[in-house]
Amino acid sequence: MSVDPATVKKVARLARIRVDDAELPALADEVNGILHFVEQLQSVDVTGVAPLTSVVHRSLPLRADVITDGGDPEKVLANAPDRLESFFTVPKVVE
Amino acid sequence: MASELTRLSLAEAREGLRARKFSAVELTRAYLGAMEAARGLNAYITETPDLALEAAAASDARLASGAAGSLEGLPLAIKDLYCTKGVLTTAASHILDGFTPTYESTVTTSLWREGAVMLGKANMDEFAMGGSNENSYYGPVVNPWRRNGDTAALVPGGSSGGSAAAVAADLCVAALGTDTGGSIRQPAAFTGTVGIKPTYGRCSRFGIIAFASSLEQAGPMTKTVTDAAILLGAIAGHDPHDSTSVPVPVPDYTAALTGDLRGKKIGIPREYRVDGMPAEIEKWWQQGADWLRAAGAEVVEVSLPHSKYALPAYYIVAPAEASSNLARYDGVRFGLRVPGKDLTEMYENTRGQGFGAEVRRRILIGTYVLSAGYYDAYYTRAQKLRRLIANDFETAFETVDAILAPTTPSAAFASGEKADPIAMYLGDVFTVTANLAGLPAMSVPAGLSAEGLPLGLQVIGKAFDEAGVLNVGYALERAAAFNAKPAAWWRA
Amino acid sequence: MSELIKGATGDWEMVIGLEVHAQVVSNAKLFSGAATAFGAPPNSQVSTVDAGFPGMLPVINGYCVEQAVRTGLGLKAKINLTSVFDRKNYFYADLPNGYQISQYKDPIVGEGRLLLDMPDGSTREIGITRLHLEQDAGKSLHDQHPNLTFVDLNRAGVALMEIVSEPDMRTAEEAALYITKLRTVLRYLGTCDGNMEEGSMRADVNVSVRRPGAPFGTRCEIKNVNSIRFVRAAIEYEARRQIDILEDGGEIRQETRLFDSVKGVTRSMRSKEDAHDYRYFPDPDLLPLVLDPEWVKTIEAGLPELPDEKKARLVAEYGIKPYDAWVLVAEREPADFFEAVARGRDPKLAASWIMGDYFAMLNRLGKSVADSPVSAESLGQLIDLISDNTISGRIAKEVFEAMVETGKAPATIVEEKGLRQVTDTGAIETAIDDVLARNQDKVAEYRSGKDKLFGFFVGQVMKATQGKANPAAVNDILKAKLQG
Repeated sequence: MSVDPATVKKVARLARIRVDDAELPALADEVNGILHFVEQLQSVDVTGVAPLTSVVHRSLPLRADVITDGGDPEKVLANAPDRLESFFTVPKVVE
Repeated sequence: MASELTRLSLAEAREGLRARKFSAVELTRAYLGAMEAARGLNAYITETPDLALEAAAASDARLASGAAGSLEGLPLAIKDLYCTKGVLTTAASHILDGFTPTYESTVTTSLWREGAVMLGKANMDEFAMGGSNENSYYGPVVNPWRRNGDTAALVPGGSSGGSAAAVAADLCVAALGTDTGGSIRQPAAFTGTVGIKPTYGRCSRFGIIAFASSLEQAGPMTKTVTDAAILLGAIAGHDPHDSTSVPVPVPDYTAALTGDLRGKKIGIPREYRVDGMPAEIEKWWQQGADWLRAAGAEVVEVSLPHSKYALPAYYIVAPAEASSNLARYDGVRFGLRVPGKDLTEMYENTRGQGFGAEVRRRILIGTYVLSAGYYDAYYTRAQKLRRLIANDFETAFETVDAILAPTTPSAAFASGEKADPIAMYLGDVFTVTANLAGLPAMSVPAGLSAEGLPLGLQVIGKAFDEAGVLNVGYALERAAAFNAKPAAWWRA
Repeated sequence: MSELIKGATGDWEMVIGLEVHAQVVSNAKLFSGAATAFGAPPNSQVSTVDAGFPGMLPVINGYCVEQAVRTGLGLKAKINLTSVFDRKNYFYADLPNGYQISQYKDPIVGEGRLLLDMPDGSTREIGITRLHLEQDAGKSLHDQHPNLTFVDLNRAGVALMEIVSEPDMRTAEEAALYITKLRTVLRYLGTCDGNMEEGSMRADVNVSVRRPGAPFGTRCEIKNVNSIRFVRAAIEYEARRQIDILEDGGEIRQETRLFDSVKGVTRSMRSKEDAHDYRYFPDPDLLPLVLDPEWVKTIEAGLPELPDEKKARLVAEYGIKPYDAWVLVAEREPADFFEAVARGRDPKLAASWIMGDYFAMLNRLGKSVADSPVSAESLGQLIDLISDNTISGRIAKEVFEAMVETGKAPATIVEEKGLRQVTDTGAIETAIDDVLARNQDKVAEYRSGKDKLFGFFVGQVMKATQGKANPAAVNDILKAKLQG
């Protein structure tokens, strides 16, 4: 499998990363280099093998339904690049 | 006096502080002076001298009152991937410009509770992605080591390159790194220092900026194996804020350091003898096996048949997780914002300018392999390989207690030498397997290459057997008696 | 009940499926310890976990898991003892992590069912495909500033149950009944307060149309409809829109649409124009959720009586009509109120009083059963007074109004106002004789066949006794005397 510059553009858009059109061919080459490198996995017989998503062999731990956090807007707003009063702000969205 | 203080190991410095031979403030000042003289190495992104001196003074008070913690007054470098309350935390990325956490990571909280002193935030590869520390927005870290008779700058390895360089150049008594695919062990090997990646789930990931959540662990980078045992003891343990942290007791790691390996079996994995491996690496590996035999261990060959698929599996799983973990850097709540005419353009501008080339590359790869139509061919298959790799280890550990391998396929290389990403990735060939299987693994300096550069040996152990790994490392350390130090050329 | 829509080229049938997002009743959020209360000041119920800060990790709230299991059991659904949390990746200003933690391939609850109570008293079964737990997003406010959108993350991370139906509904009315019934069940279970005004329940409505018997057509998804009335209106509009397109020879584009409640139309959502590729994968910060079957059994044992069972029991035990029973069980309090009134009394009389005067009074005063000025005990006493002939049904209405106004016991009101019914036949006879004597002409007319005048005589007698004469006794004696 390999990708062309148009696909890279699409993927970059999905990842919300601006890439100049001039950069696309070189980026496609890099991505293809990596895709080619991982291609060797296709040669392994993985029939009947369950995917391993975590090496931790236990069930998800549950916490109690108790309020232990929040209540301090400044704590979450302190680093905001742009805010108005107690809101984060972004360029206006038209739905 | 100052340079003598900074050469002490953590265990020695602790003794000196407890015996009141010098104060925590004196020790801290010595390191702050060394740091100032070593700015050319670029080991730190942020130095925190005022906080350090304040903490050291408080440590001296506790040392005087007999209320000292296990790390009281010991000055550490913290990889800039750990969130530190009130101190700029960047992950070496432009996108985290100005980010000052309002919270502290669990692991660093444990360090401060034990009285440790933070000297500053260590440089690293951006978001821990890299093996040379050339991917930092704050500039590359220079390895304190140089080849014999050569002044060319070498990389310290990565991604915990700043931590490794700081330990090697005596710019801290010890450091914290993180290891996702070898990011503690590989720089430790490149700088003649000790580094251990604990079992996945042994240390809390809470407050560590995530790159690949299912693979990474916090770990110590130190001058000696004993130091690693002390520091690991302080940071290990269950944390209810991390669902993947495992509630198992933490033993006294220093008590495990006997160097006696009688009755132990050490495996040499056949498949790690890769094509084109330098004779030197092979030689030190053999030497390591001999040392372990001399310490009483039986050394046997084992097979880890799926090892060669570890790197490609890793380079699917890690970017996939990264592409999602790094989606939160969008210019809305913290860090860099580059304006745009609408929300989408603001995202694209912010992320386009905020991420460096390697991070961008991995996000694109990760986004691609998770996208519709490719998920099973890439991600699911990589996770299946991951299972096979973990199974290989499980089988091997039915017969052996630990595995000995080289840490890296080469010594430190020159800056700019590995422009091709794949060539760079290959440097992780011996280290990623332990991350995929979640096993504890450490690197211990073995000796110097013909060019005069340190080389490391790697010990991989059973899950949660850090004590066993450390003891094998201790036996290697004793036998190797590695005490070379880089010439302090950077002070000139 | 398949209702077809007439088009210019023939009949069409709607196919409707619903994805209801129900906010779980809990103190704290699904993966953080921040509070969930409605109406708090902006960003005051936000932890650094909810806001997606670097290094923050999710830890699941066990009570939310319990609530999801309870809901699954209430929907007669399969509880999956192992389920997995996945990340659904997309960018939006109020989605701080750039992904939503949800359940994709392995939800906590599998197939179940919901019975709709049709107006004719019958029921209709709608399949539930699945129920999964997920995080809510924050709130974007687009109308506060000329060129900025404001983001409030108070909702971000609140636990939601997404309950997905099969495409089993065929009319907008069925969709409305489905939501109504689902809300009833969730309220009985105490797992969601069902408050659509506060956004505790929202529906994504999938609508397509087809020729009767044809395969399913292309569907459109109308996002975030927040009232039952709007669900109905959105479906009606959307089906008509699709039919118009198809009848003009066009094709339906599968898309996400928004219901504009002011204009009563649906329109394509600009912000969702990208074909979505959510890149689901298991959240590496979490582990598979494994439930102990014994724990599930404990939850099951603690379930309250649910509306379907309660309805069936009311019909069987009290002999009331199924539709009346459904009206009573639609909420838990009226059903309990009914049982308190009906126990040991005439249940039909109790039902008719509750569904008549009592509900009308609550409506008028804007009150609920919980804060009603008339208790079950005093309404029961009133019914007792009717049953033992102390008062007539007509007088009872007067007594009831006095109860509402004064809060006094019905017996007290009857005594104070002297409303006790006259059952003394002698007194009634005297009154009748008096009326007949004063209206001899009408008596003659009646006797010559003008039967209708009977009511006139009853009215005169009741008037003469201030309504207190026992109506049955009046009837009997009057009839005898007129025939005489």
